[in-house]
Amino acid sequence: MNAPQAIALQGEQLRAAATRLRATDGRMQMVYAWYPEKDRMELRYVATEAKQQEFAVWRYAASDAVPSLSDVWPLMGWYEREITDLFGLEFQGHPQPLRLVLHDGADPVMPPFDPRYPRETMIHAEPRRQSVPEVAGADADVQLLPFGPVRADVLESAEFLFFYIGEAILHYQPRLFFKHRGMERKFEGLTAAAGVVFAERISGVGSVAHALAYCQAVEAAAHCVVPARARFLRVLLAEMERLYNHLHYLGHLCHTTTLKVGEAQGKLLEERAKQLNTRLTGSRFLRSILTLGGLRRDLSPKGWLGAELEALREDYAVYARHLENTDSHLDRLLTTGILEQRVAFDQGATGPVQRASGFDRDLRRDHPYAAYAELPVVVPVRKTGDAHARSQVRMAEIEASIALIQRVLLLLPEGPIATPCEVPAKAEGLGWTESPRGTLFYAVHCDDRGNLARVKIKSPSFSNWRVFPFTVHGSNMMDYAINEASFGLTIAGCDR
Amino acid sequence: MPLWTLLGLQQGKQTAPWPLTEGNDGQRDFLGMPRYQPAQCTDECQACADVCPTRAITMRGAGEADRKSGRLDVDYGRCIVCQLCTEACPTGALAPSGDWAFGAERREDLIWKAEPAAAPAEAQNRRRAFRRSLHIRHVDAGSCNGCESELQALNNPFYNLHRLGVFFTASPRFADLLLVTGPVTTAMLPPLRATYDAMPEPRWVMAVGTCAVSGGVAEGGYACGHGLEGVLPVDVYLPGCPPNPAAIMHALLMFLDRTPQRVRGGQLGK
Repeated sequence: MNAPQAIALQGEQLRAAATRLRATDGRMQMVYAWYPEKDRMELRYVATEAKQQEFAVWRYAASDAVPSLSDVWPLMGWYEREITDLFGLEFQGHPQPLRLVLHDGADPVMPPFDPRYPRETMIHAEPRRQSVPEVAGADADVQLLPFGPVRADVLESAEFLFFYIGEAILHYQPRLFFKHRGMERKFEGLTAAAGVVFAERISGVGSVAHALAYCQAVEAAAHCVVPARARFLRVLLAEMERLYNHLHYLGHLCHTTTLKVGEAQGKLLEERAKQLNTRLTGSRFLRSILTLGGLRRDLSPKGWLGAELEALREDYAVYARHLENTDSHLDRLLTTGILEQRVAFDQGATGPVQRASGFDRDLRRDHPYAAYAELPVVVPVRKTGDAHARSQVRMAEIEASIALIQRVLLLLPEGPIATPCEVPAKAEGLGWTESPRGTLFYAVHCDDRGNLARVKIKSPSFSNWRVFPFTVHGSNMMDYAINEASFGLTIAGCDR
Repeated sequence: MPLWTLLGLQQGKQTAPWPLTEGNDGQRDFLGMPRYQPAQCTDECQACADVCPTRAITMRGAGEADRKSGRLDVDYGRCIVCQLCTEACPTGALAPSGDWAFGAERREDLIWKAEPAAAPAEAQNRRRAFRRSLHIRHVDAGSCNGCESELQALNNPFYNLHRLGVFFTASPRFADLLLVTGPVTTAMLPPLRATYDAMPEPRWVMAVGTCAVSGGVAEGGYACGHGLEGVLPVDVYLPGCPPNPAAIMHALLMFLDRTPQRVRGGQLGK
């Protein structure tokens, strides 16, 4: 975590800085808007500079005509569209100036993040079909299949548009943000301490990653140093979260390749992990334990968790060996949904998805937080970029997570588990975690009483949903569900 | 080629004996709804109400409080189980508990009362034809995915919901029960109504999770309503954040008259 000095950019400097970043092996991470004062909007750009632990933050006055950076950094396209929808700011030269978060037909009286927006007023919406590209042209054989937002089975809500001929998909367009809850605005006006339970409920299966990134952002703003025992236990919680998420991922992947016993075994292992979570914290999702400055109460994992995890690991190893030797399963994964390295980089892929396409990036190692700097973080990388590589990265991460937890149990220091965290007025901070799905950012700005003025959440699924369609165009219907499962996306985190 | 069937068989039966017989329900050490014990409440203190993020706990007006019913209004339909009140309370008037079987047919059963109302007499065998074959259509109306994670767990080998004759179905045309999660966002309101309209009668609605019951942490604002309040008629309320799989199973069996409702006046009976 850090509270970086934001560098002020003006006019032409913004595009020059973005271009320089591209030429010097950096990477743009995100842009968000906020109101430092009631009538002044400002943009904040967050970037990774090559080989630097600190993230770079640029600020740019939104009163000027703001140029789009989407041609230099395609991944910025969605961030800019979101700002247009929610703040009413348009970007000059945006290649795709369409609605993203608010759907066609949603008609707010003014942009919902405008400080004058009447707070408890629900947006009036007349449902309307999404404007879709002209794919069919003169060829009447091309058919359009709109699927969702209520889909088969117990699934999150989203609509998918397939333009297809027979089995072949010509073009694919997901329509997300049916689940947009306006959560970022829910933080505004809260005390910083009260924000934690909200952060836990942005993405249920990422409760720890979200709450931890939020806490670290506030702790950075408050220059609060978390005691060692709490930092190690935070690693323990984060890895327990990765464990049950990845086990669920494998079970669900087997569901899509119709490997029935493999699905049952994977989900049974997930259930075991969730029951360990309950025994450790009282919550199957590891909630109600993180707080500003440390933990809400001490945990006692010693004497039982190590043995339980070792038993789980042994059963997992047998399961993993079976998976990697089952032809019918592997046949469906190999060469399916290939994400090329260049596309992964340009469109902003993150987490296991980017690591399966050859990028050796992991925030736990490259920008360490909690106690990761004192622990050996193994970062599995694959190069082929297909569904198999994505599942292999997660399988290797399961082993690595269990090893990390065992190391934490060995090194866990005694001592206090929390320290007071007083947030000064007008403070701001940036926090991040490597969630099970990749890079998660929280940017926090406080008002003149130290309460929350703006909380920006960048979830990994927001990044990976942007990337995913590039692996679907030109593929086929039979592979779709497998490919989608291999990305391991959530919608709640993306939509917020 | 690995022998998956053999691997499965070697493990033996993994399904919990509960709820068909007494036994492990998988929720050991689970922290559920805080228990309210008004006798322990002290004057002048309102730490719990101050810290409650969803106004599940509110202070009563002057003159409305008395020894028996206490100084607080406690609505478990708004509780997100965050445990903050149990940590803020200096006397144990709000104490941590493992109570999770909070499925209720009437919204008022989730509101704490000193003397809970008795169970209605007529309630037996109302849905006889569905007792061994209930088909559910789930709609995510903007949840955080926590409820979905637990609904998906219902079909893992440990809970194995199929054995109870309860199934999830793809089409609302085949569904008897509409199971809704999430606070109901502006964008999900029309698809939710369309799904309900597509169901044949008789049809029922179950609100799963505190968001669907009352809005939860997402309530209000520019994009959300107050759960199913004022949207659809609700037949079963199940608060929790999220309710665990055993709580969902209990609520479903309760709906089918296969097990009694346990919560009355915000308190669990046997």
